[in-house]
Amino acid sequence: MSRLMFYIIVGLLLVAGIATSIHRHVQFEIPWLPGEQRQVWEIEAGINFNAQDGPVQVDLALPSHQAGYRVLTENTASSGYGLAYQADELGRTAQWTIREAAGSQTLYYSVQMLVSQDARAPAQTPPEMTPITPWESPYDTAASQLIEQAWARSANNATFARELIRDVNGERQGENARLLLSQENPAALVVRLLNQAGVLAREVSGLLLEDGRRRQTLSSWIQVFDESGEQWAIFHPLTGEQGKPENLLLWETGGRAVLEVQGGTNSRATFSMMTHDQPASAAVRNHYSEDTLLNFSIHSLPLEEQALFQTILLIPIGALMVVFLRVLVGIKTSGTFMPVLIALAFIQTTLPTGLIGFLLIVAVGLIIRNYLSYLNLLLVARVSAVIITVIAIISIFTVLAYRMGLSAGLTITFFPMIILAWTIERMSILWEEEGPKQVLIQGGGSLITAVLAYLAMNNPWVRHITFNFLGVQLILMALILLLGNYTGYRLLELRRFKPITDDEKPS
Amino acid sequence: MSWFNNWTWPTRLRDKGIIGMNRRNIRYIGRYNSRRLYPLVDDKLKTKLLAQQYGITSPELIGTVTTQFGVKHIGEMLTGHPGFVIKPAKGSGGKGILVIEKVEDNTFIKPSGAKLTLTDVERHVSNILSGLYSLGGSPDVAVIETLINFDESLMDYTYEGVPDIRVIVFKGYPVMAMMRLSTAASDGKANLHQGAVGVGLNIATGAALRAVQFDRPCFSHPDTGHDLASLVVPQWETLLNLAAGCYEMTGLGYLGTDMVLDRKHGPMLLELNARPGLAIQMTNGEGLRRRLDLIERQPDGVPAKQRVAFCQHHFARQSELVESPDTTSSNA
Repeated sequence: MSRLMFYIIVGLLLVAGIATSIHRHVQFEIPWLPGEQRQVWEIEAGINFNAQDGPVQVDLALPSHQAGYRVLTENTASSGYGLAYQADELGRTAQWTIREAAGSQTLYYSVQMLVSQDARAPAQTPPEMTPITPWESPYDTAASQLIEQAWARSANNATFARELIRDVNGERQGENARLLLSQENPAALVVRLLNQAGVLAREVSGLLLEDGRRRQTLSSWIQVFDESGEQWAIFHPLTGEQGKPENLLLWETGGRAVLEVQGGTNSRATFSMMTHDQPASAAVRNHYSEDTLLNFSIHSLPLEEQALFQTILLIPIGALMVVFLRVLVGIKTSGTFMPVLIALAFIQTTLPTGLIGFLLIVAVGLIIRNYLSYLNLLLVARVSAVIITVIAIISIFTVLAYRMGLSAGLTITFFPMIILAWTIERMSILWEEEGPKQVLIQGGGSLITAVLAYLAMNNPWVRHITFNFLGVQLILMALILLLGNYTGYRLLELRRFKPITDDEKPS
Repeated sequence: MSWFNNWTWPTRLRDKGIIGMNRRNIRYIGRYNSRRLYPLVDDKLKTKLLAQQYGITSPELIGTVTTQFGVKHIGEMLTGHPGFVIKPAKGSGGKGILVIEKVEDNTFIKPSGAKLTLTDVERHVSNILSGLYSLGGSPDVAVIETLINFDESLMDYTYEGVPDIRVIVFKGYPVMAMMRLSTAASDGKANLHQGAVGVGLNIATGAALRAVQFDRPCFSHPDTGHDLASLVVPQWETLLNLAAGCYEMTGLGYLGTDMVLDRKHGPMLLELNARPGLAIQMTNGEGLRRRLDLIERQPDGVPAKQRVAFCQHHFARQSELVESPDTTSSNA
């Protein structure tokens, strides 16, 4: 019965671990391998206006997740202003407010967009048709003529939109179009005509992304709802070309104003942008996401705590290594998890320096500890004395290494001194009681375990996986539970018990 | 190639019924030894008091030292005792045991002939109290007991130290036994991994079956040169009954009992071990698995005498030391 429970628990841990990992991989596009580069655009919007000595309210439309791009992080700089983010079905906005403002004002909004092939816009229901404002005479006849001509030459909404755009802008621009353009700008005119013909259409604002450009403005684009594909098709407002250019970032898609300023004049928003590649892991760290339980991740913590967790999350890997080497191989170590702590120190010092440093400290420590045993001290006092000795050894080696120009020697301070002191104490007792051979076996076992744990923990792939997929911790837990249930032979027992199996041969 | 020859296959070990460390820990210790009973055997003082209560003979207690202050009075406590043993109550693996064979004008002489002063003895006791030899370095108590006058019939089989007999008691049944003979290599200690000779004993008679040193077979004591085939433990049945009685005493299902033979008092319980090692399989040339499986099928609540008789009947074996002279010569 309890066995069944055990396997159910292990199974649940495995399933939960794998499922959360796959969820993170699919949902947040965190790659399984480290080192993949992702392109990230940093875009800054600067809003300038002159405040008129009174309350000011500024509304700026903000970009959302969309085809090809994903919002990573966003920041604002606006001293003294109250700030609120708002979102509705038409899009997101940032609202700055202040009671008293005078003179030239500048507000900044910056956003990091991750270039991502699989990103999709959130599902949008087509908006209700806006009520059509009727044209006054003589514009009404011009408009209906334009619509009729384009309608006759088209087959569906998309081609109808294309024909209308060409009639309004290109070489085919006729008298009717010129008349209507005196009332509206081309993009707005096309949208109005489309709506009049009963086609869902809207004017959207987008930013053409080019590396290193400053003081850019948004451009107008026309979106037409494609009744067959049930999605918005995008058209260039002048050429009628269909389809979204790859470097077009849609900034506002609700058909509303990008910038609204109350209590200010001469307002305008300009955009500067730059792009850079960064490792996928870093891109992941900046992921902008809502706080739900499923995307629970270390990345919501401040950077400093994240760095700490990067190390903490590696410890289970070291522990798994220790369990593996002790249960399946049968290596003896001095102190169960001492090798993991030494391996953590190796990560800071790099392996060669770490190994040399460890051997130097333990060897010198053993010699001094040997002398201390003649002083007939109480245990706690003696271990404390060894701790001070270890600190002294570390200081001396650090200074010597620095004098000799070996900067690698400075990292020796990363060794856990108390653990080292206890290691020296245990080794020393082992030496007295069981002889140097046991010291070599246990010391060597600890060192081999530490090196293997270090190699596992310092592997870039392992670091990437443990840090980005918390579900892996559950898988590690399940593996350790399974190993803890292993009743078979250890590798070294195959050697130990060998003589017994020999006896049968002669008879 | 020779390196490869030192290894065997897991299937061959399984055929032999050998139990590995992992199986012992999970299947036997984990299942039959309740954690709360461990203190009874991990603390030698508790074991000793419990043994007295259950009428199981053990070496006489001279006294205990519990405080560093008490260390100064150890000289008074020891006067009048020609030989004694100081051990940490919570020591493990024979660590921290000091054997003084005789005392001559305030010098304490170890079995090896090494001489210690009272200061040396005091330092040793002080080390015990501060937890140097105890598990996890926790503060400990020093237990001082009389030296065992071990049976002279076994004198020839050992070098310096006291030979002790380890019996594995499973659910109260003495399933396997061995004798541990100290050697020069083991520094007078009866620890197999330090080089003591392990002699597998026939459960039926107490006669030697097979001997190993450093896990490799041997046929005579490396120091005394005495032939091991003639070794028979006297008062064997008393010893088995004593060992089997430790099950009722402690409640531990998988138990290692360490016994010694005293000239006057016969078999005596030296200490108990809740995690007995697996080397006994090497000394017997046989795995524990089949015997343990058989015992697991036996009902509970059988009296000790019947359990001993059961084991003597079922686990009787022929000695390998006498019967195969050709193997002897080939290994010599």
